[in-house]
Amino acid sequence: MNGSPSLRNRLSLVVRDIPRSGIRDFFDIVTTMKDVISLGIGEPDFDTPWHVRESTVFALERGATHYTSNLGYLELRRALAAYVEKTFGGRYKPEDEILVTVGVSEALDLALRALLNPGDEVLYHEPCYVSYRATILFAHGVPVAVETRPENGFRLTRAMLEAKLTPRTKVLMLNFPNNPTGAIMSRADLEDVAAFAREHDLIVITDEIYGELTYDAPHTSIISLPGLRERTIFLHGFSKAWAMTGFRLGYACGPAELIDAMMKIHQYTMLCASSLGQKAALEALARPAVDVGEMVGEYRRRRNFIVGAFADLGIECHRPLGAFYAFPSVARFGLPAKEFALKLLHEERVAVVPGTAFGACGEGFVRCAYATSLDNIKEAMVRLKRFIARL
Amino acid sequence: MDEILKILQGNALEPRETIARLLDLPAAEINRRIADYEQRGVIRGYQAILNEDDLDIDKVTAVIEVKVTPQREGGFDLIADRISRFPEVRSAYLMSATYDLLLFVEGRNLREVAGFVSERLAPLDGVISTSTHFMLKTYKRLGVLMHEKCSDERLTVSP
Repeated sequence: MNGSPSLRNRLSLVVRDIPRSGIRDFFDIVTTMKDVISLGIGEPDFDTPWHVRESTVFALERGATHYTSNLGYLELRRALAAYVEKTFGGRYKPEDEILVTVGVSEALDLALRALLNPGDEVLYHEPCYVSYRATILFAHGVPVAVETRPENGFRLTRAMLEAKLTPRTKVLMLNFPNNPTGAIMSRADLEDVAAFAREHDLIVITDEIYGELTYDAPHTSIISLPGLRERTIFLHGFSKAWAMTGFRLGYACGPAELIDAMMKIHQYTMLCASSLGQKAALEALARPAVDVGEMVGEYRRRRNFIVGAFADLGIECHRPLGAFYAFPSVARFGLPAKEFALKLLHEERVAVVPGTAFGACGEGFVRCAYATSLDNIKEAMVRLKRFIARL
Repeated sequence: MDEILKILQGNALEPRETIARLLDLPAAEINRRIADYEQRGVIRGYQAILNEDDLDIDKVTAVIEVKVTPQREGGFDLIADRISRFPEVRSAYLMSATYDLLLFVEGRNLREVAGFVSERLAPLDGVISTSTHFMLKTYKRLGVLMHEKCSDERLTVSP
């Protein structure tokens, strides 16, 4: 750690005590190396659809470069309301139940800050996206991890949740399809979780950024289940299904009281999401089925390929049903996940992310993103085969 | 469309075992289906997509709009077939609106193409008129950009 110790002592204790993302450390090493094949990238390898990019340029020329309403352009919120109803099965009023944000990351931060008092507990499942634990801590909440396992497809069960419930539990966070495991929840799975949330009067925050990307079964959103919409903040965005990561555009849908509280933080800290990003999103929604359908087909084929390749190598891998990650077990090679990943990187120049970046229970696993070309995946598998033969 | 065809359209050289793996099907099944497409003439060939502008070759391409008289039995098909059989004609389409056939014709130079139009195409029975445009530069062909450099702007590892 750089910097003088006296300044470090003056940092907020919450911030000081949170470690940097494990992915960040790994990234710093990878960037010093050449000819690396990366299965470590958590974003689509597709370009943003051209009609979206082209219309963003047009929006810039036309001068859509000013502040927008705090909630986002009303026209966009109307389009979002229609899309969410059609795709996820929840109805929201564009006027006061939808907030456009700077990616889902901001929306998640707003939701937690709007809900938590110091000491409130948040149930979330691990392995999970790298920011969840930190974001809960920044909001002065207490993160309570529920470990999911490959034996039941990294799904969440009611029994697992009951075991971690306390009188301080206030919020339940969900992320299916899941980064890093590729797990999804069936409607029956979700009904159990929904009953749990209702019975214990929990607020649900559901991050469904990968909702469009499922391969063998359609995605079910918890907001489509009875009695959940009124206690749920639904988060979604344009990064994954439209390959628009750099636009930083997400949104939250929820009951007006909750959206209003989130908007209060948003208006004082962010003011509004980028006007151009919002214009791009509007164009993306104009023809989602074509763009997304093509990508889903391609991801499905690559998923099949990588899962088959792992099986050939004798590497156990739960079959990912959504997102674009495989989460194979490397435990049988006798190395901790981080060491396995570092050794693979140094010896064969293949980057994967150690499972521990996604929570302690990710030990023994690595995340392999198949959001890269088939040629890259093929070459990575050749190198991996060579590597494990030497272990 | 069958995903096998989609994969082959993207890369006709994709090994059959890879296609089998991508689609989670046995390799024998992939072989059988491709053989079937070939036999039925759905797959009519496999070609390389070249950026010919970067090859030092003598070649010009003309795009020719042709107005024709449809024949009493066979409509446009007879005359279209007659025209398509010339090896100079690389592609031929029946069109709606102001003309009937659109041809892509290749020759070594302008004179050769002009000769084809004036001596072979225009005098054919049923051809009413032709309008010839010469192609200057190819930007995109068969869905492939001809001048794009590959680049991946993404960070090498991200959450």
